[in-house]
Amino acid sequence: MLEFPFWKRIWLWGITLVAVAAALPSIFSATNVAWPAQLPSPTVNLGLDLAGGSHLLLEANPQDVREQRLQNMEEAARQAMRNAEPRIRIGDVSTSNNRLSFLLNDATDVDRARGLIEPLIQGQNLTREWDLSVVDGQRMVLIPTQDGIDQALNDAMDSATEVVRRRIDELGTREPTIIRQGDARIVVQVPGLEDPEALKSLLGQTAELEFKLVDLNALPENVQAGIAPPGSEIYPYAAGSAREGSFEAVRRLGGIRGDSLTGAQAGVNPESNENVVNIQFDSQGGAKFAKLSTENVDKPFAIILDGAILSAPVFEGPILGGAAQISGSFTPDSANQLAISLRSGALPVPLAVVEERTVGPDLGADSIRRGMLAMLIGSLAVIALMVATYGRFGIYATIALGFNVMMLLGIMAGLNTTLTLPGIAGFVLTIGAAVDANVLINERIREERKRGRRVVAAVETGYKEASRAIYDANVTNFIAGVLLFLFGSGPIRGFAVVLVIGLFTSVFTAVTLTRMWVADWLRAKRPSDINL
Amino acid sequence: MKLLKLVPDDTNIRFLKLRFPFFIGSIILIAASWAMVAINGLNYGVDFAGGQEIRVTFTETAEAPLAELRSTVAGVESVGDPVVQRFGAPNEVSIRVKLPPEAEGNPEFANQMTTAIVSALEVGHPDIRIDGVDSVSGKVSGEFRQDALLALVAAMLAVALYIWVRFEWQFGAGALFALFHDVSLTLGMFALFQLEFSLQIIAAILAIIGYSLNDTIVVYDRIRENLKKFRKMPLPELLDLSVNETLARTVMTSLTLLVALLPLLLFGPASLFGMVAAITLGLFVGTYSSVYMAAPLLIWMGVTSNSFVPQETAADRQEKIARGEA
Repeated sequence: MLEFPFWKRIWLWGITLVAVAAALPSIFSATNVAWPAQLPSPTVNLGLDLAGGSHLLLEANPQDVREQRLQNMEEAARQAMRNAEPRIRIGDVSTSNNRLSFLLNDATDVDRARGLIEPLIQGQNLTREWDLSVVDGQRMVLIPTQDGIDQALNDAMDSATEVVRRRIDELGTREPTIIRQGDARIVVQVPGLEDPEALKSLLGQTAELEFKLVDLNALPENVQAGIAPPGSEIYPYAAGSAREGSFEAVRRLGGIRGDSLTGAQAGVNPESNENVVNIQFDSQGGAKFAKLSTENVDKPFAIILDGAILSAPVFEGPILGGAAQISGSFTPDSANQLAISLRSGALPVPLAVVEERTVGPDLGADSIRRGMLAMLIGSLAVIALMVATYGRFGIYATIALGFNVMMLLGIMAGLNTTLTLPGIAGFVLTIGAAVDANVLINERIREERKRGRRVVAAVETGYKEASRAIYDANVTNFIAGVLLFLFGSGPIRGFAVVLVIGLFTSVFTAVTLTRMWVADWLRAKRPSDINL
Repeated sequence: MKLLKLVPDDTNIRFLKLRFPFFIGSIILIAASWAMVAINGLNYGVDFAGGQEIRVTFTETAEAPLAELRSTVAGVESVGDPVVQRFGAPNEVSIRVKLPPEAEGNPEFANQMTTAIVSALEVGHPDIRIDGVDSVSGKVSGEFRQDALLALVAAMLAVALYIWVRFEWQFGAGALFALFHDVSLTLGMFALFQLEFSLQIIAAILAIIGYSLNDTIVVYDRIRENLKKFRKMPLPELLDLSVNETLARTVMTSLTLLVALLPLLLFGPASLFGMVAAITLGLFVGTYSSVYMAAPLLIWMGVTSNSFVPQETAADRQEKIARGEA
């Protein structure tokens, strides 16, 4: 029990020193002392609750994806029927109840229509994305399959993650973390953020831009009542725009979508002194825009962002060259935000902020300061208590505690884990609980001495008998810690990480290292009695 | 140097003499705790109820105008009754708002409320600094509630199972009951004083479970050992002996943990206060339950040296083989 062969000694000291060395960069960086650049420098990451910053959880609504798919399919089906030779006439098209259905005017077209639809509903990878059925001989019903929706949602979330990443990069923040989580969520963590509101509105914008002609035939009273003339639809004016609260009828067809943009910058219109966003189309979009503006000089068109009208200016002349200007009661900030959103592309599906945790840098620094102070006082108190109670054995336990804290820090740095505010509580709990192993051992040695065992035998028995309870206690704590990690989120996970790593380091330092030191001392001094 | 001895040698306190009154007292406390939870309910923080908690510091005013803040926030559309409290220094405030019913089905609602509240605050007070915002939608808070419950139940069952495997089923059941006692009393305390119940408190309860088990395991381990050593001793006496033998350790460990936690409670960050307070409370409850819940249950579930020994020798042998000593 107290034998420590040479190779074992090397191992124990080796592990200890490597872990302690790994802790040094974190300690140096915390005290602002320069760490030599040529040495590796793993440091403990500070969680956002300590470093300051924003944690956002964004969520897409699968229903949005479902509806998009229905709309796209409606368009594709109409197109297919229209292009058929001879044309297949359809009517009563509906996309309600999560299904697309339409009526064939002529029941004899069923087989032809089926032949045209079949290629549209076959997804990649042999998965069937839609179920097709024919009801009452001439009504075709298309229902998206769950596989197809899952696939579409997955694709949408992948590209949404990319768009989110591009938008945050545009903000110029350092080291953001953007991770897809689960089926329909994205976690965004941005350290040291000045203005979380700007980040939220940037990410909350789908940035789907459309230009559509205003329907001049619409009667104003009908428009306000929400009744659109045939071929038109009603859009509201955007919140914050000059005509907020009123509506406009715009032509369904013949507009341009903003997905063919190549650039967008915030600027100021020299004539009106208004904040605007200047955009550039690619050649195809530019040609379309030129055609639209040439054919509709002096007529108003609506600039629609995410389903709301920003403004409805008039084409004053043909706009050639693929550049255009978006106006709409912008502030310099909101113009810049829109420019960023447009540059980084539209989100394939709207994202809602379902959880936000923001901590200002001052509060984080204050938390670290207070946490460190509490840790220091607590450690000193524990040390005083241990040394007063167990003398030399208490000193061993104290040194082991020091190594324990360093190793814990070093392993956290090495594994690139994050220290959070509850993690500091975990540190304190580890300090308080780590000495439990030494308490158990030392109390046991006391008992064995009282029963009259000789020093070496008492120490040996003490370590041996105590280790069973120590082992069981740590395994059960490990179970609780793992569950805390699995079900916890964010900062709580930080607590669990510290707790679990602390279990390993504390068993190593409090049991193994102290045993080696005690053995060394016993061998060197061969005491006939110990003060315990 | 004369060393400190917190517990005198050869203590012989008859803990278990009072096992009936204490056990019945504990049962009553457990029942009262659950009654309290049922009647008063837990004061869910934003993690579990949804809504937002906003922490604000007034940089140019020594003391935050609480009453005025309350009416400002209450004036924001669809904000119900906000909880406005000092949080740390007199110029630091925490504003807590729960999600109104109309947030149902609109995941963005919490976020929109936050934006509205923050801008309302900034209107009258240009000197405020927003220190922290926690905003949780109804859907996410529902998931947190579910996960927390699952974590607690899973942790209790998993560790009880482990103890059953390592000891005997009676020990597993005893530990489980002691844990149930600790968790119940902690919840009861939170319901009684209407302290904010958040994710951090769940972390604290799991830490309590871990700590309380440490205690129970140390006592159980000694009981197992003594059962083998004193085959003829009546069980209540043997339990008393075991508790007394481990008493020095129990007191010392509780004390070291306490002196580590107290500075965190007194000087630590305000946002850790609830969590640390819960752990500190659990320290006492957990120690008590290992003596007065976990131990007497062994008597009533019929643990004797004979029923225990056969399995134990087999386990012991395996242990020895594993350690290479057989």
